[in-house]
Amino acid sequence: MAFWIASSPHNHMQSETSAIMRLVIYAALPGILAQWYFFGWGNLIHISLAIITALVAEFTVLSLREKKITPQLFDGSAILTAVLIGISLPAIAPWWISVIGAAFAIIIVKQLYGGLGHNPFNPAMAAYVMLLISFPLQMTSWQPPLELMALPLSFLDTLSVIISGFTIDGYSVEQLRMHVDGFTMATPLDTVKTNLTLGLTVNESMENPVIGNNFGIGWEWINAGFLLGGLFLLAKKAINWATPFSFLTSLFVCSLVAFLLSQDSNASTMFHWFNGACMLGAFFILTDPVSGATSIKGRLIFGALAGFLVFIIRKYGGYPDAVAFSVLLCNMAAPLIDQYTRPRTYGHNITNNAPKNTGNE
Amino acid sequence: MASVIERIKRGHFGTFHGGIHPPQQKFLTSDKPIRAVSIPEQLILPLQQHIGIPAELQVKVGDKVLKGQILTHSVHPMAVPIHAPTSGTITAIKNAVIAHPSGLSELCLFITPDGEDKWRPRHICTDFNQLSNNQLIEKISASGIAGMGGAGFPTQVKVSTREDIQYLIINAAECEPYITADDLLIREHSPSILDGINILDNILSPKHILIGIEDNKPEAIKALQQATAENEKINVCVLPTKYPTGGEKQLIQILTGQEVPAGVLPSSLGIVMQNIATCFAIADAVINDIPLIKRVVTVSGQALEKPQNVWSLLGTPVGFLLAQCGYLNKDKKHIIMGGPMMGYSLPTDQVPVVKTTNCILAPTEKEISSPYSTGSKEVECIRCGQCSDVCPSQLLPQELQWSAKAKDQQQLAILNLFDCIECGACAYVCPSQIPLVHYYRIAKSEIRQQKQLDIKAEHAKVRFEARKERLARDKIAREEKHKAAADARKARMNSGSTAGNNEKSAVAAALARVRAKKAGQVESAKSAVPATPENGQKSQVAAAIARAKAKKIAAKTNPATEATSTVNNVTSKTESPTDDKKAKIAAAVAKAKAKKLAEKSLTSIENISIVKKEVNEALSSDAETKKSADDKKTKIAAAVAKAKAKKLASQKEKSITSVENSSASNKVIITETEAKNPADVKKAKIAAAVAKAKAKKIASQQEKSEST
Amino acid sequence: MSVIISTLIAILVLGSMALVFGAILGFASVKFHVEGDPLAEQLDALLPQTQCGQCGYPGCKPYAEAVANGEAINKCAPGGEDTIKKIADLLGVEVQPLDENHEADNTPKVAFIIEEDCIGCTKCIQACPVDAILGTTKQMHTIIADECTGCDLCVDPCPVDCIVMIPIAQTPQNWQWDLNNIPVVQLD
Repeated sequence: MAFWIASSPHNHMQSETSAIMRLVIYAALPGILAQWYFFGWGNLIHISLAIITALVAEFTVLSLREKKITPQLFDGSAILTAVLIGISLPAIAPWWISVIGAAFAIIIVKQLYGGLGHNPFNPAMAAYVMLLISFPLQMTSWQPPLELMALPLSFLDTLSVIISGFTIDGYSVEQLRMHVDGFTMATPLDTVKTNLTLGLTVNESMENPVIGNNFGIGWEWINAGFLLGGLFLLAKKAINWATPFSFLTSLFVCSLVAFLLSQDSNASTMFHWFNGACMLGAFFILTDPVSGATSIKGRLIFGALAGFLVFIIRKYGGYPDAVAFSVLLCNMAAPLIDQYTRPRTYGHNITNNAPKNTGNE
Repeated sequence: MASVIERIKRGHFGTFHGGIHPPQQKFLTSDKPIRAVSIPEQLILPLQQHIGIPAELQVKVGDKVLKGQILTHSVHPMAVPIHAPTSGTITAIKNAVIAHPSGLSELCLFITPDGEDKWRPRHICTDFNQLSNNQLIEKISASGIAGMGGAGFPTQVKVSTREDIQYLIINAAECEPYITADDLLIREHSPSILDGINILDNILSPKHILIGIEDNKPEAIKALQQATAENEKINVCVLPTKYPTGGEKQLIQILTGQEVPAGVLPSSLGIVMQNIATCFAIADAVINDIPLIKRVVTVSGQALEKPQNVWSLLGTPVGFLLAQCGYLNKDKKHIIMGGPMMGYSLPTDQVPVVKTTNCILAPTEKEISSPYSTGSKEVECIRCGQCSDVCPSQLLPQELQWSAKAKDQQQLAILNLFDCIECGACAYVCPSQIPLVHYYRIAKSEIRQQKQLDIKAEHAKVRFEARKERLARDKIAREEKHKAAADARKARMNSGSTAGNNEKSAVAAALARVRAKKAGQVESAKSAVPATPENGQKSQVAAAIARAKAKKIAAKTNPATEATSTVNNVTSKTESPTDDKKAKIAAAVAKAKAKKLAEKSLTSIENISIVKKEVNEALSSDAETKKSADDKKTKIAAAVAKAKAKKLASQKEKSITSVENSSASNKVIITETEAKNPADVKKAKIAAAVAKAKAKKIASQQEKSEST
Repeated sequence: MSVIISTLIAILVLGSMALVFGAILGFASVKFHVEGDPLAEQLDALLPQTQCGQCGYPGCKPYAEAVANGEAINKCAPGGEDTIKKIADLLGVEVQPLDENHEADNTPKVAFIIEEDCIGCTKCIQACPVDAILGTTKQMHTIIADECTGCDLCVDPCPVDCIVMIPIAQTPQNWQWDLNNIPVVQLD
């Protein structure tokens, strides 16, 4: 007859960290589906590669650190990181890109800082930036959307490109990137940026086939997919509204101001919203609680800063997209933001308390 | 302020930060009336059932008490008396497990009811409006009422505030899941509650009375609204259900929009809050002269066949109530006193119901599968911030948790740890299932203890410095005195009088003593000590020294035969009773030797007979010396004998029957010698103490040798 | 000639500058003199003030002074690991384990005099560093528990061994939320 001693509270919401992680992974599915539809199997293959690498890396480090392996290995955080890396890579990048990226994210960015909850940077984005500056060629070899491609790209072709660099028919990555008209393709963001340096206006860039009817063939739908997933996460309260809201608002405001000042040299607000990794960053990366700010006020500042940085880097930076860089910069700023946005504790520094004897009517 | 009331009348309330909505589970008990349970076989009344200090006992074991009779009493405002919940006999006053999360024991009164339930004389008050405020407060104080919501703050302290009171807030929120005690009390006894509120109104004369109640108790709200319909002053405020609305600070914020500043009582804002059950108790105390001896307790949980609210006498063991409600769980018990959010597990079902017990929860294992009960599911904090979103005090639970784990007390102070009300909302939502509140509690108790230690260290430092100063002062004073005395002595010696010569010889004797000490031999000690001047106390000290030496030597040279012969020598010397001091020394030496031998006798039983012989010899010397004029000697000897006998007695336990005989005979002798010299009690005491100490030492030695 | 003059001017200028700055510095050092908390004082504040002398010094202050002058930091037995860590932090030195000669047991205790055994010898009173023992010659002594630092110094001098060190009892007030050590009582 044993008595059971426990500390209060004795009940619990029964939420689990791993459940939140799983939910986030599910929410990324619409975006991934759009990616698959417009760019083929490449990203799915990279996601699988990254997941396998991440799990192996996590297992190795956990056993070296003598931690409890099963609960931490399958808490979903490593898988989520791998999924995010796989999503953000160019579809026809070589296989070792995702392997190195996932291993770097898990071993260096996450575990060497102390594991889940202790990493100051978002592992996926840190890995992405590392890959981008280490392997710029492979990391910028974006293929055109399938409908614009000169060559067909089946699943086996993709697999072959990723593994050997050539399709089954022997076409190289460079050839794959060819447009039907014979140009090498770039992403819409890249196109606008390059054209601006060539003296073309943004309006002229919009004529480019890669843009399509709206903001970029494929990209707009991928972003819409991630937006959908993000709204689902908000509805499920798996992520907080503050960061995506302030990030998107900030990006919107910055690009609107720039657009109004000079329509020729600046893309529209919606172009910014629905291109590159904008929605992925807003709902899946900036909302990473570990490396973000904590309080509502802090999150608003954090998101606004990220939006501002994305705009600045997209407009003035050397790289076409900026989400990864701005996320890392904001990660650095997060502890400072937290420090200065501590909420006022109940009963401390009260200013609006009515003096007690005002009521002598 | 008028606007506050207007706002409340319009049904607009403020809110507090955060809060959660745990499953309420109130349906288990909310549809059944409050049941009266029979008197248990035994009532256990902890002397302290509230925040403050316990009052002083007024009864003793064996006393017959009547129902409502006062059992403890004190004039201290923070001491609340307790009363007999029924008539019966006080069977014990001893430590027992009290209703506290620590499961520690404190002093409790045990009452065995006689079943008659006979009241002490009561004085029913027909119109409390006739009584003065002081009389009312006196009645509340004498009835032992302490806040019945959970904290147990003495009510008379709260109501005797001198502040100008704007709001009297009656807390009927009952925001914890499962608990329906207040709900049912309101439904069944709203007229009495109204009386209680009116009494408080008379005492405090607040501008407004607000009753805060959550909207999940429609029947109770209706009852309250009906009861208070004619009173313009009272506003029944129906609040949205959210945990922890019933927290004092939170309820004040909701109703008045004010925050209670940290470290300040609400009364300084002109606000007094009382629990609704306390109002009922006040009415009972003032009108019916019924002290606080019973309360409504929600006995709930799915491990019970018949969960129900009960009228429980204070002191009723929890197990009794559970049995009455059909407790099913037999193997693994989890009993919680209080609600699931802030209650604490009980280590035994013998814990009594006290003044602050509003709920006893007996959940099934499935029902409350708190990850905090096993503690194994805790994973790292991912800084999701849900905890700070729900914290009603707007703290940063995740940062507190890191600092608490790192024992960073400075940072914890910066993060306002002590503003945590331990409501458990943060731990409830934590997806990493970190027992946050538990960490805070540990940190809080550590900080409190550290503060105590700091105060104590500072205090010790001051005392140490003061002592050093005092010693320095004394030293100077002593030196001056010595100098003066030495000067005087010199003058006298030089004068060549007889007194001077005596002193000279005394000095010489002292020198000899010092030498003897250095030599460290029994013989030298023997020869030196008799030279001491004729001062009884000094000789005793000398005897002690000799004893110590004897011990040492005995430890060095320990052939039994040698010791025996020495003892014999000594005893032969003591036979000449001319010199008392000598006899004393001899006795001491004999004792030491005897001890030595006794130790040996642990291994060889034959030696015991020798010891016995020696003891007898020592005693015979006692007898002889006793005849002399001086008692002192005999007393010491008696003590010696006693010590020896004790030793033997303790050996007896280990040894064989032959030893028993000898010790028995010794005991007889002891009693004789003791009886023979009762002259000087003090001296005898000293001797006894010395002997005791010796015996103790030997006992511990024996223990050691036994264990090895 | 001009060379000499320019050299002289240089020397003069530099010299006067040195003088002026020296004066400013001197003035500043007097004016902004900081009454720094001497190291020994800071160390003393870290020590537990039991005044037990187990470190070999007659009290906490002397030991603090000794540490400030280079004595080992690991001799405070009542303070234990925590105190060593704090001292190490203050001095910026490595944490050392507690000196082996000292008992590591630093559970807080108070002395207690078994009153019926006390013979009133005042020896313990003389030993007590904080004057926490009341009594006089041939009168039974008693310890003011609130003042006792648990230093142990009174135990040895007692000729009748009537002083014992009692661990401070756990009460609901000083309980440290150690849920794992709750005695589960079952009377059945």
